[in-house]
Amino acid sequence: MPALWIRNARIVDPASKRDGVGDLFAEDGRIVATLSAAGRKRAKKIDAKGLVAAPGLVDIHVHFREPGQTHKETIATGSRAAAAGGFTTVVCMPNTTPTADNAGTIQYILDAVRRDAVVKVLPTGCITIGAKGDTLAPIGSLKRAGVVAITDDGDCVQSNELMRRAIEYARMFGLPVMDHCQDTSMTEGAVMNEGDVSIRLGLRGWPNAAEDVIVSRNVILSSYTGAHIHMQHISSAASVDILRRAKADGVRVTAEATPHHIAFTDEALATYDPNFKMNPPLRTEADRRAIIAGLKDGTLDCISTDHAPHTDYEKDKEFDFAPNGILGLETALAVVLEVLVRKSKFKLSHAIDLMTRRPARVLGLPAGTLLAGAAADICLFDPEESWVYDAKAGQSKSSNSPWSGRTLAGRVKTTIVDGRVVFPFAAS
Amino acid sequence: MTWTRRHLITIEELSLPEIEQIHATASAFKKILQRNVKKVPALRGKTIVNLFLEPSTRTRMAFDMAAKRLSADVIAFDAASSSTQKGETLRDTAENIQALNADMIVIRHAAAGSPLYLSKILDIPVINAGDGSHEHPTQGLLDTFTMKEHLGSLKGRKVAILGDILFSRVARSNIHALTKMGAKVTLVGPSTLVPHGFTTLGAEVSHDLKSALADADVVMLLRIQHERQGHRHFPSLGEYTSMFGLNKTRASWLRPHAIIMHPGPINRGVEIDSELADGPRSVILEQVTNGIAIRMAVLYLCAGHQPEHVIASTE
Repeated sequence: MPALWIRNARIVDPASKRDGVGDLFAEDGRIVATLSAAGRKRAKKIDAKGLVAAPGLVDIHVHFREPGQTHKETIATGSRAAAAGGFTTVVCMPNTTPTADNAGTIQYILDAVRRDAVVKVLPTGCITIGAKGDTLAPIGSLKRAGVVAITDDGDCVQSNELMRRAIEYARMFGLPVMDHCQDTSMTEGAVMNEGDVSIRLGLRGWPNAAEDVIVSRNVILSSYTGAHIHMQHISSAASVDILRRAKADGVRVTAEATPHHIAFTDEALATYDPNFKMNPPLRTEADRRAIIAGLKDGTLDCISTDHAPHTDYEKDKEFDFAPNGILGLETALAVVLEVLVRKSKFKLSHAIDLMTRRPARVLGLPAGTLLAGAAADICLFDPEESWVYDAKAGQSKSSNSPWSGRTLAGRVKTTIVDGRVVFPFAAS
Repeated sequence: MTWTRRHLITIEELSLPEIEQIHATASAFKKILQRNVKKVPALRGKTIVNLFLEPSTRTRMAFDMAAKRLSADVIAFDAASSSTQKGETLRDTAENIQALNADMIVIRHAAAGSPLYLSKILDIPVINAGDGSHEHPTQGLLDTFTMKEHLGSLKGRKVAILGDILFSRVARSNIHALTKMGAKVTLVGPSTLVPHGFTTLGAEVSHDLKSALADADVVMLLRIQHERQGHRHFPSLGEYTSMFGLNKTRASWLRPHAIIMHPGPINRGVEIDSELADGPRSVILEQVTNGIAIRMAVLYLCAGHQPEHVIASTE
């Protein structure tokens, strides 16, 4: 592999507090401080004038649908969507068919990753068998098979006792437990946020209290056991407050927010467009602002997309019957730049931190930095370039995105994994 | 003013003049319905499909009757024997109906937003006959039409809507129609079924039956919709009746001329005493009759006709 010489980029690496124009070097798949004169001569040179060089983005919440739902997405197409979005490490959720609740399925996923993935795809396993919330999955075997965390994402472990045992047990292996926080007894039939808009639209409401109850429960269990719980896709202002107090008290909880929860509110549902239907649902402007404030002060640790592909024919239904979830990987960076940097005045390095070093830290992944010695996972992007996102023309196998057809500002130009350019894709 | 809408999806989107146009057209059709020959040729040669994907008695029959009075051919789509049972999507069902050269679709669906969805897919007019808990525009139109017949202008009139508001499309359509017409709407019932959020629609919310009924010109009762409630929102039907059922004593709090309405189906002895349902103040069956004229007006206008034509023919 030739060495890599990225010239004249604005290098933004939150881990090393670096933010300035300069050159970036890689050799043998790793970031190096400099190259020898001979190395420079042979190196692949990329002129990055006007571009930002950031660590490859890290997304700890994606759905790649393999095995079993490969009509929606595969590890091949999902990882290409990741690469196109500047992501070099993604963590995929275990709600596949069959569910990733056993070492065999994890092995299957890892084989597909080795064969098909263009970025680093790391699997998670279920907390409970079939994510049904009844019996603990073989968490030790899952760990041995290579999962980086366990979660019943999409389903929330309802039993407090089972959740307590899960986090205690997983802690023995140093495995983080990620939870989709939803008290399902409060959300039967619910398809959107409960509030003024659900009243107007006549849709069944999912009260933010159903999230807050489980976030509180998780804070209590984490505090009681000392085990780490990561709260997925926080959508509620009250949950942000609960987490803020918990963190101030030193409880080992972390949390994420999605691009869609910082970009949209439930007002977007006025036309019953299923591309605004996801779980947890879009909430109010006050919630949206609270999530941004939570990202600003560190209450929320990172951005994750919850990239959730569904085919047109599955999504194109009556709102009540359409499945939850939207694409996120190919638009996340532009949305974060728009909402956090341009509108909410986050420093660029802060926004990048939320998509690189911090998510990596949540799960203890060796990713998210450009420090010498780190894997040469790099995202080069133009922070201003305006482009129209067409989900149909995108890399994902599905096109269920509320951003399709919209003009976005900020575009990924090159994605590099272990010193190799993976995006733009080589002609095949 | 020219009628321009091809679809009737909600009352929320209608202007007051549009509501008045529908009422005036319905009024003309009502006169025709009192004639010996009750049929007009307005929609001769047109085919209307009644796509009812949720059970309905009154609304379906009234749309059927209205279409036939307008000389349209009517095809009833029976959800139980249709392809939806075999997994066909709503889009495919609707596109097939259009491909069969239907001229108009009347849709009743358990999912809110379905008529809007169809109106974006299809080139033919779509009439909402009730979508989930969202809207039931022709019901709101016939209810306000009936109120006007008894009370004249609704400006400043006080209408109490009593019962299961949360899950009621009838309530939502009436709130929109009544507030546009200048009436004062009070929603009343148990706090779990009448959440405070309804004030954002311009109605008042009350859990005190006496104050809500005092001085009301109209009380509209709504059925407790067991089929839409995942859980019980109140302890029991018995407790509901004891707290909120309309009985003689409570009806005496109304103004002397006040009317009692109900969109049906009635649960006698639950939300209303049987005697009151049949009593002199009850206009429940008038609502049903007016439902035909309203639906004739809606079908007629959305098919592209103008109100003045039928109005002139009856003057």
